[in-house]
Amino acid sequence: MSSTHPQDARHSGFRGTVGAFVDRLRGGDLGSLPVLTGLVLIGVVFQLLNPNFLSPTNLVNLTMQCAAIGTIALGIVLVLLVGEIDLSVGSVSGLAAAILAVAFVQFGWPLPVALLAAIAAGAAAGLAYGLLYTRFGVPAFVLTLAGLLGFLGVQLWVLGRVGSINIPFDSLLVTFGQQLFLPDPVAYGIVVLVVLGYGYTLVSQARRRTEAGLAAMSTSVIGVRVGGLLLLLGTVTWYLNLARGVGAMFLLFVALVTIVHHALTRTRWGRAVYAVGGSVEAARRAGIRVNRVYISVFVLCSTLAAVGGLMAAARLAAANQSSGGSDTNLNAIAAAVIGGTSLFGGRGSAFSALLGVLVIMSISSGLTLLNLDSSIRYIVTGSVLVLAVIIDSLSRRSRAAAGRA
Amino acid sequence: MSHQPEQILSLRGVSKRFGAVRALSGIDFDVHAGEVVAIVGDNGAGKSTLVKILSGVHPPDEGVITFYGTPTTMNSPTDSRDLGIATVFQDLALCDSLDVVSNLWLGRELTRGGALDEVEMEQRSWSLLRELRARVQSVRVPVAALSGGQRQTVAIARSLIGDPSVVILDEPTAALGVAQTAEVLNLIERLRERGLGIILISHNIADVLAVADRIVVLRLGRNNGIFDVADVTSEMIISAITGAIDHSPARPRPTQPVGPVAVEDRP
Repeated sequence: MSSTHPQDARHSGFRGTVGAFVDRLRGGDLGSLPVLTGLVLIGVVFQLLNPNFLSPTNLVNLTMQCAAIGTIALGIVLVLLVGEIDLSVGSVSGLAAAILAVAFVQFGWPLPVALLAAIAAGAAAGLAYGLLYTRFGVPAFVLTLAGLLGFLGVQLWVLGRVGSINIPFDSLLVTFGQQLFLPDPVAYGIVVLVVLGYGYTLVSQARRRTEAGLAAMSTSVIGVRVGGLLLLLGTVTWYLNLARGVGAMFLLFVALVTIVHHALTRTRWGRAVYAVGGSVEAARRAGIRVNRVYISVFVLCSTLAAVGGLMAAARLAAANQSSGGSDTNLNAIAAAVIGGTSLFGGRGSAFSALLGVLVIMSISSGLTLLNLDSSIRYIVTGSVLVLAVIIDSLSRRSRAAAGRA
Repeated sequence: MSHQPEQILSLRGVSKRFGAVRALSGIDFDVHAGEVVAIVGDNGAGKSTLVKILSGVHPPDEGVITFYGTPTTMNSPTDSRDLGIATVFQDLALCDSLDVVSNLWLGRELTRGGALDEVEMEQRSWSLLRELRARVQSVRVPVAALSGGQRQTVAIARSLIGDPSVVILDEPTAALGVAQTAEVLNLIERLRERGLGIILISHNIADVLAVADRIVVLRLGRNNGIFDVADVTSEMIISAITGAIDHSPARPRPTQPVGPVAVEDRP
């Protein structure tokens, strides 16, 4: 273990890191670059059209709108990673909202019990998908299309003849969804803790790698990364704090994204998810219990859909027949794809849910500010989705050409 | 040539039927530590079936497989792997989108406090690859970016992660160019130096003669001769493969060698 290795050494310094990044882009591994570019573009265009777009108030609203759909999109990222799809997340989220409302308002169950019941219903739906998929090999596309209808039916049945149930405004859930913002010191405190944690991880990792004789991230790169994160989180928090601040629900969403990201990149389960998405046969031969991976992913997706549905209900302070309906489903799926998760499986990251939902909600918010009809909104969102899929296909092709499939 | 080293794997009378088809009947052979046993035969001779039996995909219908002297049964690929038989299939079964380290450790990743121990895995990957003198520049590139020979190397290196006693290589050179074939053959010699028993399935007689210690010829599901590589020519192997010479113990030996090549035609 004497020296570092030629290829890695080239990438260890600051310039090397930039070089490696450029290499990756050339090889068609675009990562989050297209969606980040898109976000900047959207920000600039809408700000020019309406000076309120980037105002703190509007951005706070934007973050709050993102939480529910983003959480659902996070689940979609997981199923896309194993190369499958779940078309029923909208219905499952609506069902969860309905169960919560009926249990909490009509039956008077304690809130935690009602929440658990709703989330458990989501998990059960995912388990059913997972078992049917692995037992009978039914394509997930059809299976979840059936679920889309089926769970919509269950949702309507649960809601009964009332059709719409309001959740009391003074309940903890609605407070959480509408009113609860982090006090400034708490928000900054969290930023500092996150940045310190990130820095500590990088430094200790670099130290271990150096001790092991492996190429490690240089101090300057660590400095830039930690500084960049501090700048990003600090600026966002400061700007949002100019209005109501960082919403608790948005924080919950970001925390979920971070947890899923950690699980995907740092655990055996995550590695198995990527392996199954990349090549099922290879994963099976490597001794990975492929069926368990599929089941776990379907369960997580539906569970996150249920959590997203609860967030939406909390924000709306109601559950009704159209909860989780209309464009919830497609927005969530579009968000995952726009964020950079490949439809072909095995590629993507939890953060694509966050970035993708920001794009979708920015477009929606921008067009609303411009007083444009929702017809335009659908058309624009649809076009952006097509663009994202084209980028996905093109980058896949150039990856294949560069031998990085 | 005497094979005094420890006998690892031994097959006696192994047979396998698929419905009315007798895929293998009465196969016998042994594998010792530090020995390369090549299994050759024409298409349909039963090579693949034999690989599948040894890797636990199909259990044999008859016959005994002993591992270090103990009769064993292998009913699943996991059984075979746990026993210490690693198989590198012809299609390699690598995950193209994952990097070399991830592929090497796939399914048995090392963890540290619940999280993947990338440092330990990367370090051990390097030392394994260096030990095999593999020409891989970076272990953090996706496997798709590697050449055919490098991919084969990664697949073989992966089979060594579980510290097996026997490695089965199914047509490791079939898809490779000249230089890459040489690279893989060198690798096989290095596996032998490590004291592993190696079963090499191949079509390529030149490769087999270059690395094998013994050659088991299969023909129509039967043993058609076991040769020490020191006293055999490629013509002899070919005639055994094609059936020009019948060495099958189950059938009476022909009194006269048939075909254009005579067995005694050696210095």
